[in-house]
Amino acid sequence: MMMHCKTARPLLTAYGDSELDLPLTVALEAHLSECPDCTQALQAQRSLSRTVRGHAPYFRMQDDLRARLQASLPIEVRGANNPALPTAPAATPRTRRNQEMTRWLMPLAAALVLGVGVNQFTALNGADDSLADELVASHIRSLQVGHLDDVASTDQHTVKPWFAGKLDYTLPVHDLATAGFPLSGGRLDYVDKRDVAALDYRRRQHVINVFVWPSQHESDGKLGAQICDTYNVEHWRMNGLEWWAVSDLNRTELHDFAELLQKAEYTAPVNAKPPTAPPIS
Amino acid sequence: MSDELTARRFSAMAEPHLDAAYNLARWLTRNPHDADDVVQEAYLRAFRFFDGFRGGDGRAWLLTIVRNTCYTWMKENRRGETQLEYDEADGSLQGEEAAELPLHNADPQSLLLRAADGERIEAALKRLPIEFREILVLRELEEMSYKDIAVIADLPIGTVMSRLSRARTQLRRILEKME
Repeated sequence: MMMHCKTARPLLTAYGDSELDLPLTVALEAHLSECPDCTQALQAQRSLSRTVRGHAPYFRMQDDLRARLQASLPIEVRGANNPALPTAPAATPRTRRNQEMTRWLMPLAAALVLGVGVNQFTALNGADDSLADELVASHIRSLQVGHLDDVASTDQHTVKPWFAGKLDYTLPVHDLATAGFPLSGGRLDYVDKRDVAALDYRRRQHVINVFVWPSQHESDGKLGAQICDTYNVEHWRMNGLEWWAVSDLNRTELHDFAELLQKAEYTAPVNAKPPTAPPIS
Repeated sequence: MSDELTARRFSAMAEPHLDAAYNLARWLTRNPHDADDVVQEAYLRAFRFFDGFRGGDGRAWLLTIVRNTCYTWMKENRRGETQLEYDEADGSLQGEEAAELPLHNADPQSLLLRAADGERIEAALKRLPIEFREILVLRELEEMSYKDIAVIADLPIGTVMSRLSRARTQLRRILEKME
């Protein structure tokens, strides 16, 4: 039996928010296809949602309040041993001016910083994929004051040259701003016992960290998506590079993001190596 | 586990959600200084309760504490604000506010195009009763599921839906009135 407007109207809220269960969705869509009034009410609701999302201010926490919160915890302040302090000198190597010293210090710093964080995440999940844990820990650390970007720029032609000379591989940098994932910057990070590039993309208020480094493996492929301590993680291998995307963004949108990046990489001009796409027969 | 290790675990869990915590406190108190106070109190309260956190969604857990701290704080510091404006039974505005509201059916699309301005949206949201403001902030700005909103605001899921519906209707009316 056909649904009436009286039944349909109260369902529009949940339908517009993608929260309606399947049987009701099917019935409501059948009604909407024949009822211009309810369709208009739905459009008005969606338009209001878009307006609020697009124009209401989002109040971010100021750095001084973050510092005060951190200081209120019983954590002893000892330079590099405190991963949450913005001034921790060795947590993220900033420059290569002191190359010798940095090279020597970094494993030590990483051991100090990750020693606590990674073990805990592994213990919390019981997960065996310690690399994903390490990347999530790195993502979380990057969100702490002043850690996110060494080079803050939305311009791929600024971000890419910044990495040249800091990495022993060529880093492809793609701008996905037109698809709603603007590039926000990049930094040098230390993951899996090596220097890696971390690119910082945004989706609304969400930060997406993309980690890229040369692969030990020959074949390309999608290596899966997973949830790690409530963060979503996407991993793939392409053009001789390992790609990891980590974010608190929902699974669907992070997956879309990964596909856009793969597409951009596939169609990009040749970087270090020719694309390894299968030949077209 | 040592206190320091607990503190580090807590800090790592809370860090990604601090913007959300502050945003919610700021919208509920409508004032940056009060939001600062509330967030600091909520942060320490969350740390004290951290033993009870069983993993899972850290954001929903932290926001529940921020929200409860806000309500307690407002009861102590601004008596009456949390009950005055809104009658849960029919969701109607009371007194003068209701009398001033025009109920004409403006074209919703054109209305919102004119209203698409940050300051006006902010002013309109700030005029909503706190229960409506909170549910719209959680849904539209934090993009939380009905299930998470139900946990944070301590409501049945059905009430989340009906309250969201009324909150949107009322926001639209306020925007119309601001024309």
